[in-house]
Amino acid sequence: MSEPLIVLESLSKSFGGLQAVNDCSFEIASGSITGLIGPNGAGKTTVFNMIAGALKPTSGRVRFEGEDVTGLPTHVLFHRGIVRTFQIPHEFGGLTVLENLLVVPADQPGEGLYWTWFTPGAVRRREFEIREQALETLDFLKLSHLRDELARNLSGGQKKLLELGRAMMARPKVILLDEPGAGVNPTLLAELADMIRRLNTEVGYTICLIEHNMDMIARLCDPVIVIAEGRVLAEGHIDEIRQNKQVLDAYLGETEEVA
Amino acid sequence: MDPALYGYMLYGISLLTVGGIYAILVLGLNIQWGMTGILNVGIAGFFAIGAYTGAILTTPPSPNHLGGFGLPVPVAMVTAMVLCAIIAWMVARLCIRLRADYLAIATIGIAEIFRLVIKVEIWATNGARGIHRIPKPFEGLPEPMNQIAFMLMILGIVLVLYLLLERAFNSPWGRVMIAIRENEPAAKAAGKDSDKFRTQAFVIGCAIMGLGGALMSQYLKFISPAATEPLIATFLVWVMLIAGGSGNNRGAILGAFLLWTIWSGTEILAGWMARMGLIGSDMLTQVSYLRVFLIGLLLQIVLQKFRGGLVPERRVPMKAK
Repeated sequence: MSEPLIVLESLSKSFGGLQAVNDCSFEIASGSITGLIGPNGAGKTTVFNMIAGALKPTSGRVRFEGEDVTGLPTHVLFHRGIVRTFQIPHEFGGLTVLENLLVVPADQPGEGLYWTWFTPGAVRRREFEIREQALETLDFLKLSHLRDELARNLSGGQKKLLELGRAMMARPKVILLDEPGAGVNPTLLAELADMIRRLNTEVGYTICLIEHNMDMIARLCDPVIVIAEGRVLAEGHIDEIRQNKQVLDAYLGETEEVA
Repeated sequence: MDPALYGYMLYGISLLTVGGIYAILVLGLNIQWGMTGILNVGIAGFFAIGAYTGAILTTPPSPNHLGGFGLPVPVAMVTAMVLCAIIAWMVARLCIRLRADYLAIATIGIAEIFRLVIKVEIWATNGARGIHRIPKPFEGLPEPMNQIAFMLMILGIVLVLYLLLERAFNSPWGRVMIAIRENEPAAKAAGKDSDKFRTQAFVIGCAIMGLGGALMSQYLKFISPAATEPLIATFLVWVMLIAGGSGNNRGAILGAFLLWTIWSGTEILAGWMARMGLIGSDMLTQVSYLRVFLIGLLLQIVLQKFRGGLVPERRVPMKAK
């Protein structure tokens, strides 16, 4: 349970003069739902981008299952079992909702022209398996009724669900969720939190999520890691985090009074 | 046969032949732009490489240019495609990572370099005077059978390409291409090596453009740098794709035939108008401006009224079984 799946070692990233992430070290335990919180601009998404291979760190290491995966490209990390979602939904607008899911799984020989042209039978068989998986995923997300709709026509909340669905289709080891709850209405937010919990407990995915909704963080995440100004400010159970003076000053102060 | 009717028939054959060659070029561009979103504005460069490769390989030996090697036409067509594919792959290695507008600038530049090299390397290409007496398939047959046979060959190639590309487009491969076009970061996050797929689309598209160039040089039996001007080899191909329907292979073919009909029809129209006394015969020399105007007008109408072109993108995904 507590064996680390991902280990960040002194990860730093600067963009020109801006030090976005500064000597950031933490672990994501296998089987956990780890929460990443902190003020806007704290460097949370940059950390995600470095874990997922979208950005190369200026210095420091990322280890996944004990292996150094620093700087590997996104699509390689995908095949290792790391998949991420985006804060702003990144749907494939010109594809249908179903196709948005179908496009994800690896090992579709039909993604090579030779097989597409000369062995359509094998392509169709694999397509059948993928389709079953996609239909189950749509069912899980309660998006089945929108199956054949172009993804660009979905509402913001539906796009968020689709974002999660694409991550699920990868059957990864770890899912990095970048603000899954942003812009989602309260009812859907509760459902979304429930889905994330089920993915963790029932399917066994390790999950790391960035979120500003403290209610969702409190319901799902243990441990919670607070990042401010590019470094880890505090780490622990949400109850400890809520008591932490530094965290209150840097981030939670006002939110806490409201809550 | 009535001479006038015979003339119309020959005109029809030439319309379908050249329209078909353009259809091949537009299908090549459709893989790049329509499916994958690669903004290649250097079609003329690959068209020229294909045309000159075909010309040099098939012509009889000549002191005016490299070769000719007198090779069979099919060998030349395959070589033109392979050479364009190799060059496209090298270009892709350098600049496939560039985003849309930067890639456009890079491809314009590269295409103009190719065209300039062809123009100035007189020992190989005979420079501005061009390469003559390019063998044309079936030219041994009597008139007009030779023309009809060549037309059928072109239309056959269009059909085969259409079938192959249509299957590719509707397959999981096409799905990945559209995913990359719609959102490249998300395609990468879905495990797709987008550089690899973009390179594939670029290479295949350019190979098809090279084939189009080789066929055009056979049709004309002559190739010179003037025949590879961007206006006719890049701009016109783009208008054909946009007007016909970007992302739709049928639209690409329709656009090619339609635009070529307008392009070549203006000459006939102007001749007819001059005979009727509607325009002075001095206007005939200016007819080429009229065609550019007409093409521009058509493009405006299509873009205003039909956003996705006359036959917009539509996928019929391969059935799962």
